[in-house]
This record gives sequence, structure tokens and C-alpha cells, in this order.
Amino acid sequence: MAMNAKTIPNEEMFYGHKACGGCGGSLTVRLAMKVLGKKSIGVYPPNCMSTVGFIYPHMCYFGNATTAPFAASGAVMSGLRAGADALGHEDWHVYCMAGDGGTADIGIQALSGAIDRNDRVIYICYDNEAYMNTGIQKSGLTPTGTRTTNTPAGSNIHGAIQPKKRIFEIVAAHGIPYAATASVGYPEDYLRKLEKAAACPGTSFIHVLAPCPTGWQAPSEITIELAKEAVDTGMWFLAEYENGQYHLNKNPKEFASIEAYLKKQGRFSHMVQADFDELAAQRDEQWGRMRAEWCD
Amino acid sequence: MNRPKMNPPQAGGKMKLPVGPNAPGGYLMDVSSGMRVFRPVIDQEKCVHCLRCFLVCPDGTIDKSGEQLEIDYDYCKGCGICAHECKVKAIEMIMEGDA
Ligand SMILES: Cc1ncc(C[n+]2csc(CCOP(=O)(O)OP(=O)(O)O)c2C)c(N)n1
Ligand code: SF4
Ligand code: SF4
Ligand code: SF4
Ligand SMILES: [Mg+2]
Repeated sequence: MAMNAKTIPNEEMFYGHKACGGCGGSLTVRLAMKVLGKKSIGVYPPNCMSTVGFIYPHMCYFGNATTAPFAASGAVMSGLRAGADALGHEDWHVYCMAGDGGTADIGIQALSGAIDRNDRVIYICYDNEAYMNTGIQKSGLTPTGTRTTNTPAGSNIHGAIQPKKRIFEIVAAHGIPYAATASVGYPEDYLRKLEKAAACPGTSFIHVLAPCPTGWQAPSEITIELAKEAVDTGMWFLAEYENGQYHLNKNPKEFASIEAYLKKQGRFSHMVQADFDELAAQRDEQWGRMRAEWCD
Repeated sequence: MNRPKMNPPQAGGKMKLPVGPNAPGGYLMDVSSGMRVFRPVIDQEKCVHCLRCFLVCPDGTIDKSGEQLEIDYDYCKGCGICAHECKVKAIEMIMEGDA
């Protein structure tokens, strides 16, 4: 049965959390719990979602959940999987909710190990494009030109100088059974990918773009709009990797304006034409490669 | 309303604060309504029950179990996503105090 607003359960399993209003990360968690259900064990390394969900004794996860050392999400999931199986809970899902920093930088080694063992765990990365919980620092998934607290924008350097790491492709290069990218701007697509991950007999990985009104310096009501526009402008993409094949889920004939998307966000407010052009060039390079190599 | 309720331990009550590394899940000590500046109000006449607002609310505070949608004002933060995403503009954001 297709998962959508009508078919997902009404019951909330991540409730009363203290995320900022309009937080895309908390929607990533909420929808994941709707698909994975209460019979799941969540691993939350240090990030906004562990901070806003475990405020002892105010506990907002209605299923089992634990924090993990920052670098260890993949390893902690493997241990919980082995424990759940030993107790006969084969029908329980083990998943993690790691940030972009926790995935592309600090947790990358444990993630790689989990994929190598092909443990039946679901690795979800909610990507708000910076280390938000510590006050907006640049991560390996922060886009070029983003102003963060450790990549300030001045007259010489306009924010972050590195491009976003291609973590989806890094994960796929392991030969993982299932990997996908998603966006909270396309929630039905995300739900479908969660279902696939839940049915996967080995390791699965979903990388979800999840805007952060606080760190992106954008109004709280446009979180979904921004997440959708990121895809429509080609700044983000919806894709899957399965049976050793890449597949682009959405291949727009024309991209929406990058400039309009960026101008809605304070973190890019210093940008000049050359910065917009640089991001458009990066996008065109990425899409040229994806279209040539990932399409039939 | 079919949403979890705040349930802080009562003096002399059953629930004792957990000591040690574990605590019961789904245990709410506090509400989130203090974070709200604008209150979403659904015009039930205009609502076409598409459930888009229920789907995208980051806080899960829109209950779809009844005939009409209901918002849990204990936990709604007033982010405005529901109103912004409603195609038929059935949700209005009203300044708290004016509501
Ligand atoms: C080993 C270690 N280093 C640093 C920290 C501090 N720390 C806690 S949360 C966080 C930011 C996490 O960023 P990300 O993974 O992107 O998640 P977000 O906060 O953006 O949701 C950092 C650096 C820590 N807890 N442990
Ligand atoms: S800082 Fe950003 S990611 Fe963290 S809780 Fe607030 S909106 Fe969510
Ligand atoms: S989005 Fe609007 S029309 Fe759809 S269910 Fe919500 S209030 Fe009703
Ligand atoms: S204002 Fe925000 S938190 Fe409140 S019901 Fe609407 S989407 Fe949910
Ligand atoms: Mg982050």
C-alpha cells in the first residue's frame, strides 16, 4: 500500500519535542517513525534531534531510542541489530537519525563499517547543511558560499569555499543494497523510500534535505517550500541506487531560478552575481554527469 | 483530540523520576505552546480534507482521526507551515491574544 497522508498512521511517535518551529529535521524524524513504527530502535548521535528529543525526564520518542557517541552511529546500530535479533525481535527496525555533520564528517567511518558488514540497519541522514546544534558551523555538506559562524562572509571570501561532499555517491560506491536521496519538500517520495529501506534485507541509507529556519535564516513557514525549490532548482536531486544501478527520480527539463531560492535565505544574503554563477556552474556539472551516467 | 498529553509526576503519585541512564519513552513534562506567537485556525467550511497540513506539520499537532481536523494547541508552535502549504487557504494565522 502506498504511503501517503491518508494511509500513514495518525498516531505520533515523536511528540512534544523542543525543535525550533518549522524544523525540517523534526519532520524527517516524525515521518520516519510513521513508516518504521513503534517497533523500532532509534540511534541519535549528538545533533539537534537528540537534543530536542531527550530532555530528561521529558522524553519525546515514543519508541525505543538511544543516544550514541558522535562517531559511532553505524557501530551502535550494528550492536542493537545483533541484540534485537538475539532476543527474537527480527521484526524490529534499527535506524539512526544522523545530521550532515554526523554523517559526512564525524560518523563516516562507522557508517562505512556498517555498510561493509551489510547489517540490516537503516541509516537516515537529515541534512540541514551545517552543524546546527552547536550554533551553525560548516560541515562537509554545507554548500559553497554559505555563511556560517566559522565561514563568515567578508569582502575577500564569500562564505564556505568547498562544495558539498557527494556522500550519496560515496555510500553507493560501497555497493550498498539500497541508497536514496530525498527532501522534506517531496514527502510522498520520502515515505516511499522509507518503505523500501524498511523492506531491505541489508544496510540501507537515505539522505534527506531538511531545511533549518534558524541556521538558514529563513521564515519558519517556508521550510517545505525551500526543500521543494532546492530540488526544482537542481541544487538538490532525488535519486536511488539499487542493484548496482543509479536512477534519477526527477529530471527537470528546466531548472527554477537558483537566485530566487538563495535570496529567500539569510545565509546567502551576502552573495553577488559571481556567487550565483558559481553555484549554477556546480549544479550544471553535477547534472551533466548524473544525466550522462544515471539515465538509460 | 487524539494526541499525547502532558503528564508530569505528581507529588506522592506513581511515577518516580527515573534514576540512571534510562527513562521511559513518550513521557511529557511540559507543553510547547509558549513558543507560539501566531495561532493557526482552520476554517472547517473551506477545508477540503486533503491532509497536506497533517502530512507536513513538523510537530504532528494536527489530528486527523476525527471528522474534522483538530489542532493540539498544547504542542503547536505556530510555525505557519500548515497555513502556507494549504492550497485552498483554509488556515489563518492569528496573533495570540487577538484570537
Ligand atoms: C565527539 C564530539 N564532537 C563534538 C560534539 C559537539 N556537537 C554536538 S551536536 C554537534 C553538531 C551536529 O551537527 P549535525 O550532525 O549536522 O546535526 P545538527 O546539529 O545540524 O542537527 C556538535 C559538533 C560532540 N557532542 N561530540
Ligand atoms: S536549529 Fe535548525 S535543525 Fe536545530 S532544531 Fe532548530 S530548526 Fe531544527
Ligand atoms: S491543507 Fe487545508 S484543505 Fe488540506 S486538510 Fe489542511 S486545512 Fe484542509
Ligand atoms: S503552525 Fe506549525 S506546528 Fe502548528 S499546526 Fe501548523 S504546521 Fe503544525
Ligand atoms: Mg546539521
